[in-house]
Amino acid sequence: MIQAVMVMSTQGKPRLLKFYSYQPPEKHQDLVRGVFQLLSARPDNVSNFVKVDAIFGPGTKLVYKHLATLYFVFVFDSSENELAVLDLVQVFVETLDRCFKNVCELDIVFNFNKLHTILDEMILGGQVIETSSEQIMRSVEEIARLEKQSNTTSLIPKSISERFSR
Amino acid sequence: MEQLRTIGRELAMGSQGGWGQSKEFLDLVKSIGEARSKAEEDRIITRELEHLKRRLADPDVPRRRMKELLLRLVYAEMLGHDASFGHIHAVKMTHDESLPLKRTGYLAVALFLDERHDLVILVVNTIQKDLRSDNYLVVCAALTAACRLIGEEAIPAVLPQVVELLAHPKEAVRKKAVMALHRFYQRSPSSVSHLVSNFRKRLCDNDPGVMGATLCPLYDLILEDPNAYKDLVVSFVNILKQVAERRLPTSYDYHQMPAPFIQIKLLKILAVLGSGDKQASGHMYTVLGDIFRKGDTASNIGNAILYECICCISSIFPNPKMLDAAAETTSKFLKSDSHNLKYMGIDALGRLIKINPDIAEEHQLAVIDCLEDPDDTLKRKTFELLYKMTKSTNVEVIVDRMIEYMINITDHHYKTEIASRCVELAEQFAPSNQWFIQTMNKVFEHAGDLVNIRVAHNLMRLIAEGFGEEDEGADSQLRSSAVDSYLRIVGEPKLPSSFLQIICWVLGEYGTADGKYSASYIIGKLYDVAEAHPTDDTVRAYAISAILKIFAFEIALGRKIDMLPECQSLVDELSASHSTDLQQRAYELQALLGLDKQAVESVMPSDASCEDIEIDRNLSFLNGYVQQAFEKGAAPYIPESERSGVVSVGNYRAQDHQETSAHALRFEAYELPKPSLPLAASQASISMPTTDLVPVPEPSYYKEDHPMSRSQTSSDSLSGEFGLKLRLDGVQKKWGRPAYSSSSTPSSSTSNQQATNGGASSEVGGSISSQARESSYGSKKQQSTEVSAEKQRLAASLFGKADRKAQAAARKTSKESPSTEKVSAAKATPQPAKEQVTPSAPPPDLLDLGEPVSSNPPLADPFTQLEGLLGPSSASPVVSETPASSSSKTPDLMSIFSDDVQTGATSNSTEPSLGVNVVAAKKGPSLQDALQKDAAARQVGVTPTGNNPILFKDLLG
Repeated sequence: MIQAVMVMSTQGKPRLLKFYSYQPPEKHQDLVRGVFQLLSARPDNVSNFVKVDAIFGPGTKLVYKHLATLYFVFVFDSSENELAVLDLVQVFVETLDRCFKNVCELDIVFNFNKLHTILDEMILGGQVIETSSEQIMRSVEEIARLEKQSNTTSLIPKSISERFSR
Repeated sequence: MEQLRTIGRELAMGSQGGWGQSKEFLDLVKSIGEARSKAEEDRIITRELEHLKRRLADPDVPRRRMKELLLRLVYAEMLGHDASFGHIHAVKMTHDESLPLKRTGYLAVALFLDERHDLVILVVNTIQKDLRSDNYLVVCAALTAACRLIGEEAIPAVLPQVVELLAHPKEAVRKKAVMALHRFYQRSPSSVSHLVSNFRKRLCDNDPGVMGATLCPLYDLILEDPNAYKDLVVSFVNILKQVAERRLPTSYDYHQMPAPFIQIKLLKILAVLGSGDKQASGHMYTVLGDIFRKGDTASNIGNAILYECICCISSIFPNPKMLDAAAETTSKFLKSDSHNLKYMGIDALGRLIKINPDIAEEHQLAVIDCLEDPDDTLKRKTFELLYKMTKSTNVEVIVDRMIEYMINITDHHYKTEIASRCVELAEQFAPSNQWFIQTMNKVFEHAGDLVNIRVAHNLMRLIAEGFGEEDEGADSQLRSSAVDSYLRIVGEPKLPSSFLQIICWVLGEYGTADGKYSASYIIGKLYDVAEAHPTDDTVRAYAISAILKIFAFEIALGRKIDMLPECQSLVDELSASHSTDLQQRAYELQALLGLDKQAVESVMPSDASCEDIEIDRNLSFLNGYVQQAFEKGAAPYIPESERSGVVSVGNYRAQDHQETSAHALRFEAYELPKPSLPLAASQASISMPTTDLVPVPEPSYYKEDHPMSRSQTSSDSLSGEFGLKLRLDGVQKKWGRPAYSSSSTPSSSTSNQQATNGGASSEVGGSISSQARESSYGSKKQQSTEVSAEKQRLAASLFGKADRKAQAAARKTSKESPSTEKVSAAKATPQPAKEQVTPSAPPPDLLDLGEPVSSNPPLADPFTQLEGLLGPSSASPVVSETPASSSSKTPDLMSIFSDDVQTGATSNSTEPSLGVNVVAAKKGPSLQDALQKDAAARQVGVTPTGNNPILFKDLLG
């Protein structure tokens, strides 16, 4: 199962943290630091897989992708296939790109709640449930649409009621 | 600066994203981005948190603003600040009726809390309600939160609703319900065990997405009990077949692969179900063959499926045809330029050799390439592979390699692992006691504090018992060699504690046994150890006990020895030590000195460490005394568990005595002994100069390297290409005698090793950067020559068998080297270093003596090489050799000789063919350079290193 998804900047700042197996909050920063030290020490042009037994416990691996100023990191155990997870990262990034039109780090910083929405469509409870970025986009857009709808519907009655109360 | 500009851009665009972030949030992010130090960042966030605290508590804040405040809180917590005051607000927001707020609430709650948190109880009710909602988005949000927050106790509260949702009209909801159920199963299998049949039902869902999701729980269930699901094998195979034949809607395609993730999951499941089941496996062969045939090795995901196929094939009942296909794909992976694929290839190879060990042979050079790759991940994976394929024939090379690598890593966790693997392999396959002890010494010297203390005890026992053979002479020889090596090593600074313990013990037990060293000499050494480690009580205890033993043996032999004054002062110091253990040992020593010969002999018999000690656990010899005491009116003993109050001092003493012999009487009041792994000491051991291991002085190699390479550029370039060609081709079993000039081999190979060592030791991360390596070589071509020579020797020693030829060839060249080296006025020192690389150096080979003349000619005449190419080299002796070498567990001299005969006979036809192949492939400026450039170009495209943040487009275009 997938244990964690992290997005962090090349300076080591976390941009998105999502843990699928429980990690105490006070440990989060240590994990981020550990992963960042590991990744920043790796030269370019090497494999995207790293064993992280020391950080996340026995049998865990991580797959990372270094894109522009960000590291996308997926941590998982032996029940996943490394290459497949690498493609999952790709799906995630593709979806982000569709979603934000030329995604950049700033998009991710400001819209991390949207990132969470996207991830929730892809991964649930540590298992991959959707891998088509189109499908994910469709769900996310529908959520956004319905949210907007419910917003307006909830706003109108309110304003009306406010008017009535005056 | 960069950040500023992008923020500017962002602001210029306005909140075009449509997610309505306020100026405040933008400012916050901006100021954090500009923060120059961690302290400044902390200050900003602390201020922000105070602000948020005020605002969140403010009842007048509009609800839409609340959403953003909460998101800011999540942001602050992500940066590592405590936002617990806001958790309750997140919980409150989940109650909200408006969908965005509810979703935000759920998001925050899922990030803030976990199943054990107190507030979860407040959320469960909301989740329960929301699972019944008409709005499927609300249901989805609730399911997502349920996955995260519902613990074992809360499962019954939501379970009925979740099960109902399995039949929800929306497939997204069904999918999530399946996953939630799976999650509940993971948390507490018993509470959902009656619902497991639901997963089977969902497997037939109309929606492939739901079916795919169902595979996740089924995989877990099948892992637990494969036999209960054997009936599904046919269904799984059918599904896989349909998926592979593109029967699914194209929307499930990913990069032109039909539903790859479903395929992978299915293959994983089949691997489990088919394991050791011939009948079940029989159903799978056809579809696996299909997938292999259609396999797309161009895309990443295609390779992922192929890799999974290999895993499946190596797990199910073996089928020769399938194995061939798997081996072929594996070799494609290994030959790939991509590190990821090489990694997968190594992993796949590790699986396949379990079934057919011969497969590894074909890929030996690729494996060795990976071993020397600058990529640490790949290197570790390769060590894992080597670990799996260790046999008694190659254990020396592999363990040496492992130790060499181990010395340079700083990662404690991995160092521990590799150290314990070295130990395990050495214990299992050690060719000789001598080697075993040397190897263990090395492991202890460099990672002594990281290996299990049990290993140290094993080593001591081994030295004491001498492998249980009856040959006393060999045993005592072993011991005296151990004593010799320890006396040499004991003076070194910063030895790990457990290693010192071994040293002290062995010196005490056997230091004077062979009469080579005087008692006072050994005592002096032991005293030095005790002096040098004033803080390590365990080492001091071992040292003082060892001194005691030496004294005892001397007294028993009737020799009178005087206490050295400094030793006396040590004893005095220890008698006043704060450690009662040390005190006792010191007093025992003093008491022992006053005893006569007979008494000492019975107290400390010589070489009695293996004798069993009879323990009268019931202390029956005290019965009379107890009886007497009872009669005198003493109170009977009440066991500690039934007693309350203070434990008397007398009990402590009794316990002290018992502790060494029996653990049963341990008092709870004592702390558990802390593991003897002082971090500082072990770190110190890492920073030990690696030059200690390489006994040869460095500079001489570099010096002699260059003139030689210049003097024979033509042959070098050819042989360089030869090395490259070897790698590209996978070299099938016919790399006889290398066709390069012999004179450069030994020196260059040592320099290669030297360089690797030097490079590694200078690197902090412990990984050898390719730059470091490259810079230490004169030219690229020369490097490949070196690598190939070194590699072949390594391959030969690792893989044995047919490759002995190569080893023999390497030996030949090395033997011829002295003469050529004399010409180039070099020293003969490289030889011993070379011997280190292949410790299993066979005895001098007479057959080779007539050969020196023919070592150079193969390159001289291209036409004969061409002839060699045309003549089929099918007469390769590999097949005939296999039984001979595989049957010989221990190095068999005869087989080596016979190999050489064959080598001599066939080398003429096999080796030139390789040479020409190379020439043909490598004509033109440089194929490799072009490939590299291409790789570099791709690299730039894929992972842009520039500062422009909008570069994903390059990737995704």
